[in-house]
Amino acid sequence: MKSVSLLLALGLGAAVVIGSSCGGNPPPANTTPAIDTAAENARIRDSINAANAEAERQAAAERERIENQRRADSLAALARAGEEVRTTLGAMIHFDLDKSNIRADDMGALDQKVAILQANPDLRIRIGGHCDERGSDEYNLALGNRRAQAAKQYLVSHGIDASRIETQSWGEERPLVDGHDENAWSQNRRDEFEPISGGDNLRRP
Amino acid sequence: MRSVICVAALLLAVGPSGRPAAAQDTSAIDRGVRIGIIYRPGVRPGLVMLPRSGMGLDTVRAMIARDLDYSDRFEVITLPGGDSIRLATSSSAPTRGTGTSRSGTRTPATGGAQAGGLNYPLYQALGADFALDITAAGDTTVATLHDIAAASIRRAVRVKLPRPGDADFRQAVHRLADLTLLAALGTPGIAATRILFVREGKVYQIDQDGADQKLVSSTDRQAMSPAWSADGRHFAYMEFQAGKGWLYLQDMANGKRTAVSTTGSALDFTPAFSPDGQTLAFSRATEDGTDLYTINVKTNCCLRRLTVGRFSDNLSPTFSPDGQRIAFVSTRPGLPQIYVMAADGTDQQLFAPFDYGVTGSSNAPEWSPDGQSVAFHRDVAGTLQVFVLDVRTRTVRQLTSVGRNEDPTWAPDSRHLAFVSDRSGYRQLWIIDLDTGRIRPLLQQSGARLPAWSPRLSEAPSTTP
Repeated sequence: MKSVSLLLALGLGAAVVIGSSCGGNPPPANTTPAIDTAAENARIRDSINAANAEAERQAAAERERIENQRRADSLAALARAGEEVRTTLGAMIHFDLDKSNIRADDMGALDQKVAILQANPDLRIRIGGHCDERGSDEYNLALGNRRAQAAKQYLVSHGIDASRIETQSWGEERPLVDGHDENAWSQNRRDEFEPISGGDNLRRP
Repeated sequence: MRSVICVAALLLAVGPSGRPAAAQDTSAIDRGVRIGIIYRPGVRPGLVMLPRSGMGLDTVRAMIARDLDYSDRFEVITLPGGDSIRLATSSSAPTRGTGTSRSGTRTPATGGAQAGGLNYPLYQALGADFALDITAAGDTTVATLHDIAAASIRRAVRVKLPRPGDADFRQAVHRLADLTLLAALGTPGIAATRILFVREGKVYQIDQDGADQKLVSSTDRQAMSPAWSADGRHFAYMEFQAGKGWLYLQDMANGKRTAVSTTGSALDFTPAFSPDGQTLAFSRATEDGTDLYTINVKTNCCLRRLTVGRFSDNLSPTFSPDGQRIAFVSTRPGLPQIYVMAADGTDQQLFAPFDYGVTGSSNAPEWSPDGQSVAFHRDVAGTLQVFVLDVRTRTVRQLTSVGRNEDPTWAPDSRHLAFVSDRSGYRQLWIIDLDTGRIRPLLQQSGARLPAWSPRLSEAPSTTP
């Protein structure tokens, strides 16, 4: 739409230039007084200048608009990336009943967290270990601690400084899913990951 | 267990409700009621509460009768039909005043031994070894315990009870029940005790008879694992705070609470008082796992680490009543099992035997007040059951089998346990008597857990801070 009007403006300008160059070489037989000719030429020149200025102004506006759009798109993409990184960072890992060893299918998720922590050196995180309701209430505090420590040790063994990772255990006190079946239990046996500082504007690894 | 079934047959025509009309029942006892008793052999002495009406002591009588019943040490004989039978009292028969003794007991039919004003042969025929009479003498309440076989008064306990509704009324009545039990059997009762428990993250207390449930948590933060001091004046518990586990001591009388020094840096949980009240043992979860520590809570000094787990967790300490040993949970065999050590952390060894690879996780040990047993729960076929370890022989026996049963806690008589069970469809607190196997719900509320039974509570401590 804008570019169409720009072409129209350029075409109009070209037509004016062509017209004026034609008019700029009057036949000698012309009896029009010289003063009139000079005034007419000035008028035509002004018109051309005005058209050129208008075209230039519109082109500049368009350039600025495009620039703004590009910047906005870029920021949005950046935000999307940050959100994506945050989601990846916060992805939970899960455990087998009464176990605290990292499952093979969760190692990829932990590897991603390693990469995120490496790409964001100011980032510090907290790992919360949780259990299902089947075990003993108090023992689950120890088990939840083991689960949080297991994830921390994995990250530390892959080069992340231990001081960047806090751990805590909630035992079975904060279930993610209410319910008394294996579906709920398997979701509740988990580690949660959350940034505690440096979590804004996360960079993609 | 002996059950006594009192069969009352109202031979005389009575109203459709089965209650003789008051104006017509003056001679109903002699002519209209037959009491039949069916015995099964057992060892518990029979005790009959003498029915009386009036004197403003109905609540006291009902509470004491229930306390003695809940002691599971008597066969409490209920006279059928209550006061409508008027077996033992002549208060509604003034026209037959000649049969009324000083204590208000009337001689049915043939008379009989009357020492202490009671028809002892009749109660002997009912299967009673004791009869308890609660009467008022001015502002004093008198509990008179009759020894039926000796045909005499065993003891009369006189107390001044607070008015019903006063803060200490129920506990005072419970103490009277315990004195009665002591007079009868020479052993202290458990009526004047309370149980702490956790529900929806808050600590509550409740009397052992299920009355007077009261919130004792003073914050909105999530709490766990209440534990009594041996004198019953304080309790310790754990509270989640900023991702850590904090240990607090709270005064039962005024609710004032104090954070245990050195707490707040880690996840501290499962506190347990030593019998002398000086030491608090607890579990601390760190990067190294969970291990046992002690601290002197009188001097706030001397944090000591008792276990070094490395690849295993050690938690849930419980002192022997002599303070010399600590039973605890350790995962050193893989799954959590019950271990024991000296109170200084030396001589750690397996306590409750198990079959490696077969026996499930064992947790939540609590040493009995008499020192002879340790109660705990163990995973059996995917659910939890309460077990008792005999300390001397180191043998275990399974106590429960219906539903999921966990977190047992000893009554001060070392024969009752409170525990959490879902046998009724939801998790609530139950009490079991190990001698008779009798089981009763403590409260009808779901979600109650982590109970802790108090020691015997003497006179309530002053409520002024």
